[in-house]
Amino acid sequence: MSRQPTANEAARIRRLRKSFGSHLVFDALDLDVARGERVAILGVSGCGKSTLLRCIAGLERPDDGTIVTAGEIGIVFQEPRLFPWLDVRRNVAFAARNDAERARVDNVLALVGMLHVGDRLPKALSGGMAQRVALARSLVRDPALLLLDEPFAALDALRRIELRAAVREILEFTRAAAILVTHDVDDALALADRVIVLAGSPAEIVFSGTVGENATRTAVLAALGVSDQGLHARRASAS
Amino acid sequence: MGRFVLPLGLLVLWWAATASGAVKSYQLAGPRDVVRELGDLAQSGVLWHDLGASVTRVACGFAIAFALALLLGSIVGGSRRAERALDPTLQAVRAVPSLAWVPLILLWLGIGETAKITLVAIGAFFPIYVALVAGIRGVDRKLVEVGTSFGLSRFALVSRVLVPATLPQLLVGARIGLTQAWLFVVAAELLAATSGLGFLLTDGQQTARTDEILVAILLFAACGKLSESAMRALERRLVGWTDTVPV
Repeated sequence: MSRQPTANEAARIRRLRKSFGSHLVFDALDLDVARGERVAILGVSGCGKSTLLRCIAGLERPDDGTIVTAGEIGIVFQEPRLFPWLDVRRNVAFAARNDAERARVDNVLALVGMLHVGDRLPKALSGGMAQRVALARSLVRDPALLLLDEPFAALDALRRIELRAAVREILEFTRAAAILVTHDVDDALALADRVIVLAGSPAEIVFSGTVGENATRTAVLAALGVSDQGLHARRASAS
Repeated sequence: MGRFVLPLGLLVLWWAATASGAVKSYQLAGPRDVVRELGDLAQSGVLWHDLGASVTRVACGFAIAFALALLLGSIVGGSRRAERALDPTLQAVRAVPSLAWVPLILLWLGIGETAKITLVAIGAFFPIYVALVAGIRGVDRKLVEVGTSFGLSRFALVSRVLVPATLPQLLVGARIGLTQAWLFVVAAELLAATSGLGFLLTDGQQTARTDEILVAILLFAACGKLSESAMRALERRLVGWTDTVPV
């Protein structure tokens, strides 16, 4: 199998195997992400969705299998993880390796709407602002694949909706492929082209559907083992 | 305004007690005598000579302690294996009250400058070392991971993430270490010296000159306060980004 991605691939994962001690997280997991495709990975806590993202990002070493990715990878974590000793602009520039990337710093800051706080230190930012700066930092290298690990989890409901809209716009603007790990069905449906659900131990893909077609809210919730019918409706169907 | 009430009150009390004759001058010299003695010592050059001697000892001892603490702290903080090998011994040495080393130091190094600087260095070393190891251990793994995710080399990870993240703790350790250095220079100069502020203290004691003793004490206070303020200014300048309540 080729180590090089084809022109249409953003990520290709084959027979991924990863364990922590005696706990086998994945055994032979396959996943493909096309260029520009946005995939949301859902699953209950601890099912391995973050581990999958960390394997793709190179933060965890797989036991076995191959991971092929196209171009640069950008990653946004659950927390902003800004360097407290650098101002916003320098935090974003942290990822830059050359003049071309440094020249992009103000552009990506403008893209996330944070250019006006470029000189501030992270301690002077709200949680939502800091997460936007982290998003800008992940864009500096013009990634072909953006990895988002529960990026809205630490935000309140309103900031969450705002940032979700911003991410949506940015993904459309940059045309980067994205893998969004989340436990929120609405985040997944709002941002992704395709939704997959991980479950089991070792985790497997138990559901994969296209948003607007078979990946409806009800279908995704059912795959997660949750019913969106009220208690009353369930009683009614039981009787 | 309120902060000046107590010192001024004490000054007035001191002046009243000595000027009235209630306290004899061989027990406690009055403020005027102390100021006059300060002027005399400054004019004769003795003051600058002794002050210079003490400051030099503190500076040399502190510099040696800082360099050693930086080296050993980085090794122990950077590797668990080095920690197992070195830290228990260093902690055992730390458990010894530092002044207990004085007799050995005098036996080994005599009563010259080397002995004094060594004693100052021992006193200043441990606060810096302990703070640095704790600082390295306390670096947020999540920030290191950001560096890793951007493919930083080991060197870049150290210089761009670990060093700045450790700096606040290191500076706090250095501030405490510098205070310790002043403490130990007094001890060193009280034992055996022919110069320095500590020598001024013993000289004043032997000649029953309380004004001379008080001048030395005041100068020690001024030096300690000055170096403490300088370290705090350095902290504000270098690590003003920390999101903590200033101590």
